[in-house]
Amino acid sequence: MDIKAGSRLACPECSVELVVVRPPSSAVVLTCGGVEVVDAAADRPGGGHADASGDGTLVGKRYADEDSGIEVLCAKPGPGTLAADGREVPIKGAKPLPSSD
Amino acid sequence: MNLSLLLEMSASTLEDRPAVTSGSRTLSYAQLDAAARRCAAKFLSMGATGVVYCGTNDASFPVAVFGAAYAGLPFIPLNYRLGEEQLQPLVEANRGAVIIAETAKVPGADPEMVVLRSTLLDASFASGADVELPPFVDPEDVAIVLYTSGTSGTPKAALLRHRHLTAYVIGTVEFAGAEPEQAALVTVPPYHIAGLANLLSNMYSGRRIVYLESFDAQVWLDTLRNERITQAMVVPTMLARVVQHLDGSPADAPNLATLSYGGARMPLPVLEQALELFVGTGFVNAYGLTETSSTIALLGPEDHDAAFAGDPVAKVRLGSVGKVLPGIEVEVRDEDGNVLAVGEPGLVFLRGEQVSGEYDGGSVIDAEGWFPTKDRGWIDEDDYLFIEGRADDTIIRGGENIAPAEIEDVLRRHDAIVDAAVVGIPDDEWGQQIAAVVVIAPGKSVGVDELYDFCQQHLRSSKTPYRIEFRDELPHTPTGKLLRREVLADLLG
Repeated sequence: MDIKAGSRLACPECSVELVVVRPPSSAVVLTCGGVEVVDAAADRPGGGHADASGDGTLVGKRYADEDSGIEVLCAKPGPGTLAADGREVPIKGAKPLPSSD
Repeated sequence: MNLSLLLEMSASTLEDRPAVTSGSRTLSYAQLDAAARRCAAKFLSMGATGVVYCGTNDASFPVAVFGAAYAGLPFIPLNYRLGEEQLQPLVEANRGAVIIAETAKVPGADPEMVVLRSTLLDASFASGADVELPPFVDPEDVAIVLYTSGTSGTPKAALLRHRHLTAYVIGTVEFAGAEPEQAALVTVPPYHIAGLANLLSNMYSGRRIVYLESFDAQVWLDTLRNERITQAMVVPTMLARVVQHLDGSPADAPNLATLSYGGARMPLPVLEQALELFVGTGFVNAYGLTETSSTIALLGPEDHDAAFAGDPVAKVRLGSVGKVLPGIEVEVRDEDGNVLAVGEPGLVFLRGEQVSGEYDGGSVIDAEGWFPTKDRGWIDEDDYLFIEGRADDTIIRGGENIAPAEIEDVLRRHDAIVDAAVVGIPDDEWGQQIAAVVVIAPGKSVGVDELYDFCQQHLRSSKTPYRIEFRDELPHTPTGKLLRREVLADLLG
């Protein structure tokens, strides 16, 4: 699957939807709850994950995998947990700033 | 990343939370999102190539901004205050765009493309056929075109792409991080980068925006109380009017957690008085440029509090713009491009994902990604950035670089002076000589000799103006930037 900046991805089995902030610099398989994510416009059977272990994916959080360089923003939350080539993808820490605008 | 995603996420997460209040009308996140999608489809069915907004702050403004984003069209806010002569070429340069206007008469506009802004909130403003919104808007597409009048001449069209603006928002704002009762009072104009960045940040954080169409000190203070405003943003001119209006009595804005200011240099005496009158409010100085998608450096509440408590280092830093945001790099260079050491003043360069540095006609970003701000400044040993002013405004007297702002600050500290402008005027002997134009406070008086003495007490003799004149007022841009070229023309005229 072609993952470019701005692409919308989705989990075929749970409600997770993602937007690509930074495309990977090398090929990577991004999974949600162990299932490879698909283009958001593609067919999504739903049905939920058989194995819903992990913390799930939280709306508004950025997830970045250092090895492949891929970074996604979660647009819709869900129980599935993200992994890149099997590595759990951590939340990219954001430093809260005082409101300037 | 596309700007419409910011609203889409808030609408699906926060749904019925109030998003925007203007006058007696309030739109929820879901209503704003639905209106923006409806307008997007209509814009596309009209064959629009862009969305021009020409008017004051209003609930229709966010509908137009996000409607343009959903349609994948650039949003182009124009300064409705411009005279017909200046507005017409900007309208004509955007032929093909739908024009969202406060009044039906827009100079140079194709009447068929003019839509009264109140219409945007009307459910009947919708595309007849089934117009589909583009499923993918490239982050490389231009999201916003802003005409930077600047302080030195013809407007330039600065281009901000979706990726610049979304990098700023997702890098600095926690999604849905605002408490439901939070509300931001917005009085900065919609055609200014601060007005746009403010909209995007607040919508992403889930904070309600309360718009005032125009600024009035009493109305602004009343609105703070009546709408239980927790965040407000002002340009220096507005804060100066509020301070003057309060005339020493406390602001009585118990809910106001943060008051941020920016857009132009804040005179220290105004800031010091404001800190005294707004008890319990945290002050934030935000520095940025149109070309950097708004704020790139912040001086936060702790720094303001420390200065107010008398910490000598913090007092000096009150004159800084604080530290740069994470993800932003800064370099200070000399005229030959050499990077300067801590404390040495020079030209400020910036780099980061939110930095566009691009105009209609080309980018000014160099091969390594650095944007020349054309501001002069320096960085102190703890990374606080000080901005002296525009490099073009620097006075060179006998080979010495002199920042007008330093002299203006001294003049403004005089009891009888409310505003001051310092410019360099051509001089055969020195290259340039320093001239000052000052405005006397109502009911006060002061003579030229007293001001010379005052300057000499506070400045080196080489920085003391050699000519001082009085005027009733000084020319400023709507955000309070001094128009030095007009001051100079007046002095030479």
